Amino acid sequence: MASTGSTDGKNPDPTGSGRRWPLWEVFVRARRGLSHVHAGSLHAPDAEMALRNARDLYTRRGEGVSLWVVRSSDIEASTPDERDSFFDPAADKIYRHPTFYDVPEGVEHL
Amino acid sequence: MTSAKTLLLDYTLGLADDALVSAQRMGWWISRAPELEEDVALANIGLDQLGQARSLLTYAGQLEGVGRTEDDLAYLRDERDFRNVKLVERPMTDFGVAMARLLVFATYQLHLYRGLSVSSDDTLSGVAAKAVKEVAYHVDHAAHWVLRLGDGTEESHARMQAALDAEWPYVDELFAPLDPSLAGHVADPAALREDVLTDVRRVVTEATLSMPEVSPALGGGREGLHTEHLGYLLAELQHLHRSHPGATW
Repeated sequence: MASTGSTDGKNPDPTGSGRRWPLWEVFVRARRGLSHVHAGSLHAPDAEMALRNARDLYTRRGEGVSLWVVRSSDIEASTPDERDSFFDPAADKIYRHPTFYDVPEGVEHL
Repeated sequence: MTSAKTLLLDYTLGLADDALVSAQRMGWWISRAPELEEDVALANIGLDQLGQARSLLTYAGQLEGVGRTEDDLAYLRDERDFRNVKLVERPMTDFGVAMARLLVFATYQLHLYRGLSVSSDDTLSGVAAKAVKEVAYHVDHAAHWVLRLGDGTEESHARMQAALDAEWPYVDELFAPLDPSLAGHVADPAALREDVLTDVRRVVTEATLSMPEVSPALGGGREGLHTEHLGYLLAELQHLHRSHPGATW
């Protein structure tokens, strides 16, 4: 499981050439029709073993029906430095939110 | 003349003790596997085997008909009363040995349970049908490791081959023929030999290893004749229950 202490999702040993196995991110789909959701991370020597380790670590109590594993080093993540330019512009555009419509009475399932 | 019921009891105890003793050996790896992930995987496999042992021991108690429970059979029998093969009782403190043994044993269990799942014995067929899915995963896990270690570095190749060679004398005992009076009622281990060895050979060959050519060791496990290692294993397994009879969680 995640024990590298890295906070940016980068694998300190992306090639897996060191003594430690590379880090993988695990995504579990709980039921048909739902999306895969990030469940955690683990170490494994390669993709096939990562999938098997994920099965043992994250689905042993019936949590899922499907698994994805992705090398942590293959994930490009936004950084805290980019937070303003990435996310702030969304905050003042209230017209993007569907809050200006009157919902007629008696409409169900909306 | 041994009655068919006694023979079925011995057969069931053989299955149960194989699973129980194997689970105990697998438990040794908890906190000792090369990585935490493998630690959990081996513990899971051991727990699957323990689950099979529990169902089978409970059934053995019913067949025996004197009121012994799964705990009585697991904790209060002595070495000579255990019916497991020698393959599973020997120490398993080398990772290559653990994977070589699991490959052979789980492949054997897979074919045995498949055969039993269509047996005319409702209890055995029920236990077997559930266990087939578990042991198929055990085979898969072992096969992936044998492939990686066999077809890995020079060192891992040599150690994986040495592990296979060490386990091989004990493989033959798995295929001891069934007593004729049980024929057609339960799966005959002797009839599984070709299927099991073919599956194992496929993995061994793909892993660039060779099938060992060694003479079988002396059998006898099914008759209660064991190696010196079983006594130590049972001491650890049974100690708590014998010191505190009836202890529960």
